[in-house]
Amino acid sequence: MIAKYFPRVFLYTVLLVSALFFLVPLYVMLATSLKDAAQIRSGNLLSWPTSLNFESWGLAWSSACTGVDCRGLQPYFWNSITMAVPAVLISTAWGAVNGYVLSLWKFRGSELLFGFLLFGVFMPFQVVLLPMSQVLGYLGLSSSIGGLVLVHCLAGMAGTTLFFRNYYTAIPKELVNAARMDGAGFWRIFWRIVLPLSTPILMVTLIWQFTNIWNDFLFGVAFSGADSKPVTVGLNNMVNTSSSVKNYNIDMAAALIAGLPTMLVYVLAGQYFVKGLTAGAVKG
Amino acid sequence: MSRTFELVMPKLAIAPAFVLGFAFIYGFMVWNGVLSVTGSRMLPNYDEFVGLAQYQQLFSMDRWWVALKNLGIFSVLYVGGAMLLGMLLAIFLDQKVRAEGALRTIYLYPMALSFIVTGTAWKWILNPSLGLEKLMHDLGWASFHFDWLVQTETAIYCVVIAGIWQSAGFAMALFLAGLRGIDDSIIKAAQMDGASLPRIYWRIILPILRPVVFSIILVLSHLSIKSFDLVMALTSGGPGYSTDVPATFMYVMSFTRGQIGLGAASATMMLATVAAIVVPYLYSELRAKPHDR
Repeated sequence: MIAKYFPRVFLYTVLLVSALFFLVPLYVMLATSLKDAAQIRSGNLLSWPTSLNFESWGLAWSSACTGVDCRGLQPYFWNSITMAVPAVLISTAWGAVNGYVLSLWKFRGSELLFGFLLFGVFMPFQVVLLPMSQVLGYLGLSSSIGGLVLVHCLAGMAGTTLFFRNYYTAIPKELVNAARMDGAGFWRIFWRIVLPLSTPILMVTLIWQFTNIWNDFLFGVAFSGADSKPVTVGLNNMVNTSSSVKNYNIDMAAALIAGLPTMLVYVLAGQYFVKGLTAGAVKG
Repeated sequence: MSRTFELVMPKLAIAPAFVLGFAFIYGFMVWNGVLSVTGSRMLPNYDEFVGLAQYQQLFSMDRWWVALKNLGIFSVLYVGGAMLLGMLLAIFLDQKVRAEGALRTIYLYPMALSFIVTGTAWKWILNPSLGLEKLMHDLGWASFHFDWLVQTETAIYCVVIAGIWQSAGFAMALFLAGLRGIDDSIIKAAQMDGASLPRIYWRIILPILRPVVFSIILVLSHLSIKSFDLVMALTSGGPGYSTDVPATFMYVMSFTRGQIGLGAASATMMLATVAAIVVPYLYSELRAKPHDR
């Protein structure tokens, strides 16, 4: 109906120019990562690399230097995986149980409990940085990947609870009541009835948590030590390291490597990611 | 025996969330508040009570005022910009265009990436000598001059550009979902009555989408208050401290300057700002439907 006012050509022009605006940084990263230093000096942002040169990718992965540490991005990438996998699984499972209770086993005060928990989705995590670093010290988890896993589970739990709670609210209570009549208990109902219905929300939550935890920088920079830095921190240090020559091609390759896992998840399971975005914004 | 056990099972299952979650959210809030009234410097020091001296110092610091001013500039332009661009894209995408799925995927992909990754890219694009400036020179615009990223007055606008680029797709996705939820017959009826298109959007569609607009504003504005990664990746708060925001201020004071008390005070101010926006929203949301089942 907008067609009456704007010709369709105009419509498509706006949409395509916007698409270019969103794509150009990705193109620039990719093109720059494939150029050598001479091409970067002689060409410009948009110029096509004259040859496919993956050398910067290899350097960024295994031998680019951050200060005196010349191991590339590789160790940080593995740190991120060791951190993200358990943190994603635990925070998702925890949220599923919480959401199950808060939707199908409500008790006096459970709504209030949920309301107070919900603030955890929004609060600025700067507030927990200082106390948390002390607690991690007491627990002997300072500067360790285990400590980061713990922080991500605690920080992500409010969000995962919200996801599952909103999803389970749509399950008819009669289903649960009938199972209780038949003598099924709390956990049996969860395993046999609720969990088999949960595949979509499990996907949404797993992807959402993975994206958030992989992309986290705040906790990573505040709580990690020399051997536990996640890839975002490794990338930032590598790019901002004060060396005499800036290797933009290596920086761009490193950025692409750090972004590749979440990008891959987005391309393969984009619709779940979008559902997570909208579910996180529209509360119920 | 097992029957009473079954009765307490739900409460038992939620207990870890209750205890640990509340300790993490509210316990740490109080703990941080306590730190902010101590004279803690390199290490927490609970014996030295200084009252509100840290807050007084905070508000006497030029650096904190710069951070607040930047937050003001950033959040207004970022929320407004992402919102307008997102709204425009959603309305245009909603006109039964071809390749809608592909376009949507393109608009939204930055949301899947870390601000550190995209910040690194923008830092290179906005690089004063080899970036955008060189591109324009090569394209024939010899007098083009662009060094916003290294100028104290303008660097914060670079953060705004990268922020809008990252988040406009999010606003688009929410708007589009809202637009798809509107019953076509309402619009048809309005058209029959001879209402013009801008009028239909302004008087009918926008009011229906008001909750969506609120959600977007809420999410984007609390993101803008929390924004830390993007600034760190793009400018690290520089040149000098000209692009500091409260989140980077808090981090620098607490973890590199050894001013824990001051850092805690700035975190409390951030918390108060977010709470002022979010608590009324949560309150109205949860009150709206207390007996939904």
